[in-house]
Amino acid sequence: MSLLELKGVRTDIRLKKSTVHALDGVSLSVDIGQTLGIVGESGCGKTMTAMSVMQLLPNGGEVVGGEVLLDGRDLLKLSEREMAKVRGNDIGMIFQDPMTSLNPTMTIGRQISESVRIHRGIGKKEAHERAIEVLSLVGMPSPQRRAVDYPHQLSGGMRQRAMIAMALANEPKLLIADEPTTALDVTVQKQILELIDGLKDRLGMAVILVTHDLGVIAGRADKIAVMYAGRVVETTSTEALYANPRHPYTEALFDSLPERGAESGTKLYSIPGLPPDLTKPPAGCRFAARCRYAQDTCREQDPHLSGETEAHQYACFFPVGAVEKSAKAVPVTLTEATSNEVIPRTQIGAPLLTVTNLVKEYPITSGAVLRRKIGAVSAVADISFTIYEGETLGLVGESGCGKTTVGKLLVGLEDATSGAITYGDRNLVADRHARSGARKQIQLMFQDSYAAMDPRMRVRSVLREPLDIQKVGDKASRDKRIGELFDQVGLPRTSLERYPHEFSGGQRQRVGLARALTLAPKLVVADEPVSALDVSIQSQVLNLMKDLQVEFGLSYLFISHDLSVVRYLSDRIGVMYLGKLVEIGPADSVYSNPVHHYTRGLLDTIPVADPEVEKAKEDKGIAGELPSAIDPPSGCRFRTRCPAAQSLCAEQEPPLVEYGTNGHLAACHFPLRLFDAAAKANSTKPEDAAPATA
Amino acid sequence: MTTPIDEELAPAGPTAVELGLEAAEKPRSMLRRGWEVFSENKLALVALVFLILFVLTAYLGPFVYHGNATQSDMEAVTLPPGAGHPLGTDENGADVLAQLFHGAQLSLNVGVLGGVISAVIGTLYGAIAGYFGGWLDALMMRIVDALYSIPLIFLLIYMGMIWGHSATLMIWVIGLTGWIGITRLIRGDAMVIKVRDYVAAARMMGGGGPYIIRKHILPNTIGTTVVNTTFSIASSIFYLSTLSFIGLGLESPHADLGGMLNDGTQFVNQGYWWMIYPAAIAIILVILAFNVIGDALRDAFETRLQKR
Repeated sequence: MSLLELKGVRTDIRLKKSTVHALDGVSLSVDIGQTLGIVGESGCGKTMTAMSVMQLLPNGGEVVGGEVLLDGRDLLKLSEREMAKVRGNDIGMIFQDPMTSLNPTMTIGRQISESVRIHRGIGKKEAHERAIEVLSLVGMPSPQRRAVDYPHQLSGGMRQRAMIAMALANEPKLLIADEPTTALDVTVQKQILELIDGLKDRLGMAVILVTHDLGVIAGRADKIAVMYAGRVVETTSTEALYANPRHPYTEALFDSLPERGAESGTKLYSIPGLPPDLTKPPAGCRFAARCRYAQDTCREQDPHLSGETEAHQYACFFPVGAVEKSAKAVPVTLTEATSNEVIPRTQIGAPLLTVTNLVKEYPITSGAVLRRKIGAVSAVADISFTIYEGETLGLVGESGCGKTTVGKLLVGLEDATSGAITYGDRNLVADRHARSGARKQIQLMFQDSYAAMDPRMRVRSVLREPLDIQKVGDKASRDKRIGELFDQVGLPRTSLERYPHEFSGGQRQRVGLARALTLAPKLVVADEPVSALDVSIQSQVLNLMKDLQVEFGLSYLFISHDLSVVRYLSDRIGVMYLGKLVEIGPADSVYSNPVHHYTRGLLDTIPVADPEVEKAKEDKGIAGELPSAIDPPSGCRFRTRCPAAQSLCAEQEPPLVEYGTNGHLAACHFPLRLFDAAAKANSTKPEDAAPATA
Repeated sequence: MTTPIDEELAPAGPTAVELGLEAAEKPRSMLRRGWEVFSENKLALVALVFLILFVLTAYLGPFVYHGNATQSDMEAVTLPPGAGHPLGTDENGADVLAQLFHGAQLSLNVGVLGGVISAVIGTLYGAIAGYFGGWLDALMMRIVDALYSIPLIFLLIYMGMIWGHSATLMIWVIGLTGWIGITRLIRGDAMVIKVRDYVAAARMMGGGGPYIIRKHILPNTIGTTVVNTTFSIASSIFYLSTLSFIGLGLESPHADLGGMLNDGTQFVNQGYWWMIYPAAIAIILVILAFNVIGDALRDAFETRLQKR
């Protein structure tokens, strides 16, 4: 018998005038020692499934049918009091954002011991000891001290550890992790996922891992349930799902991953349309409207979960992929599956913008009146690079590495402390006049387009604003330009009169791109433009960005923490660490042949949507968390986390030197590969720093 | 409802762009959607209807009912309600109903104009202080703090004593003293709005301070402004009534509702209830109506409560 079994669970959420059928017949099971992954786009019912198990549904939510069996006991039949005992005792839960889930006015230790005391009825002292015990269990450094800290005193990774400690304090049999690492950096994400994995084995738990990230789940889950529109559409073991997806939706999700197009430079597949409105779910297959293989049967009849084997179940009349021993289904050919359309690369021309020795420091002041300067946060520390006409330069790094600040400096939202940004032949840092002139030429595409649009302005006014401010043309020509832009980003002109909140996430990002292009800029700084979007939508925006680049000969500075997205779009990649540019070079070269240990580590930490690859890279990655930028480490800033660090690294800052002849530069005393003889001859690297590690 | 029920449920693709957007009903204006939220508040609708009737009665009543509001008539002093005088007469023989029309007009005039003046001053002052920040904000807010430390009623009494008791003066006295509460709220809003990405976007396009205040800060504080204008009208009426009641506002025969109440209370022991209750009930209901409407407007301006 499984530890947890869901049988045909149906959950409704009553709204004012309608009812959302959030879950419609969800059946799942998970055993001790197993990790069940639940994946799908946002709004597909992943979180609702977790909440139905916990019975922590939003207002108006109610489980209206089915059974939730924990150890054979139906949780739906329990009273609220009995259920409260199950929560936190038998089932622990970790939420996405540890900051909002922790009480800011209570110490970490108190919050953990609180839940122990509620469930075990033990004294304050024992509970506190238990809190310290679980904190050390989750790998919290110096748990005694951390237990008396408040949540804001901890870093993001430590907070998530505290959350896990809280969930585990009563040794639950089942741990539900709802997007446990989405708010964290990749390097920390890996540590947290490994922790959950390790604890599962040590404590003999079952884990339900809810995520939208196909990479995260690949290396962690034993079996996977793919959800769509409130239903499980495919469920099987992780290996089988990644090797041979049978449901067209699963296949489409894989095809949308930017990894798929990075090597060939082809367009990414994107799932057209919207998920159905769950107040009135369609009669036939719920995916039919967006499915590339849909036939009339799909629209009329509702497919049920079935399959050749008990182990691999899917809800589709016309499954895709290899059919080994199936007689009943006719395999659909995959000719249309992935787009073979290769996007033409833009011609890379002359240098467009050059950054030299750029420095940005934020002063830390003390005292309300006099504002004495007591220190500085070194956000960007002496970096230099060039962006060429028509190219995409990707900038990657953990949050807090200064990549967003670089973007803000380029578009003039921040003033540089020192250094130069040369555009044309004028220095934008020193020359205020040049800066206002360059405003038209360099535009920013925001991460969150919704936040970047005035909610009280119609989209037409939002797009016209740059033209109005810069007084370009007259009213008629401005309106004409806006109409053209809307056509170019693939939105109907009729929606120009709408307000930003009436668009979906992907549509808004299109509007954001249109706005960035209003003034016909040469360079668009795109700050995490797709990180808030689902993979299927992400690919649309990426395709569009590539198309428009070719059409207008744009240059992009593409800022992202997601290496696979950066690689798909970029010609060259720059890697930043704590305000320093540690490596820069052609995308393929940096990706496949990195020189800096940080780049290597970053590549290893990023979850790949391939269970084989994920399982193979067990112990790699970067340990620890990003040090403070107020007092950065001496010498090489990465040395505190670097596996190859030696005393030289603390004494001397490594210069950026060239490796090879293709413009691949890195700053490391002990690089992962030696620079070529040709490059060595004209390099300025000190002789004594040459010995290399493997 | 064809648009997605929840932002989370609403990813879209190229075809959805057409499907999802074309199928949706015509975009409705912000005002229309605000009204939809407002009209769900039944109490606010009652208050609104009452207020409209009240205003109409106050201004149109005198054309229908020709009572003697100002002249003394020693033949008909302190008559109880009855034929010829539906609400009786006062100690000078003036008709209470006619006075009530007149008093309500004065109360509304002074209240609305005073409230609007304080809202305009408060909004601009707060938006400027909040957006520019720094030393300018510090200076402007210290002035507000200083004004705050003077009890408003003292200030009103003092200004009334210097400048006298005409209705016009009362408008300015109330307008020039009532804005400090609004200013603090608007300043708070402005400080939140100025760090939003859309303000950053406008700055990046080259928009200057005055442009951003006009185009982004003020429109986005409209909720706070309108709601607090309603509240400030209510409190203006209240302050005028208070001043008149203690004899420092408008006096009979050109008394507002508060002034009428003042008159009436002199005869509280004689049982002339008709000289107290009509004015008192009118004051209470009008102030209550403005406050209820203000509450409903606060909801109406909350974009997230508006249906898509």
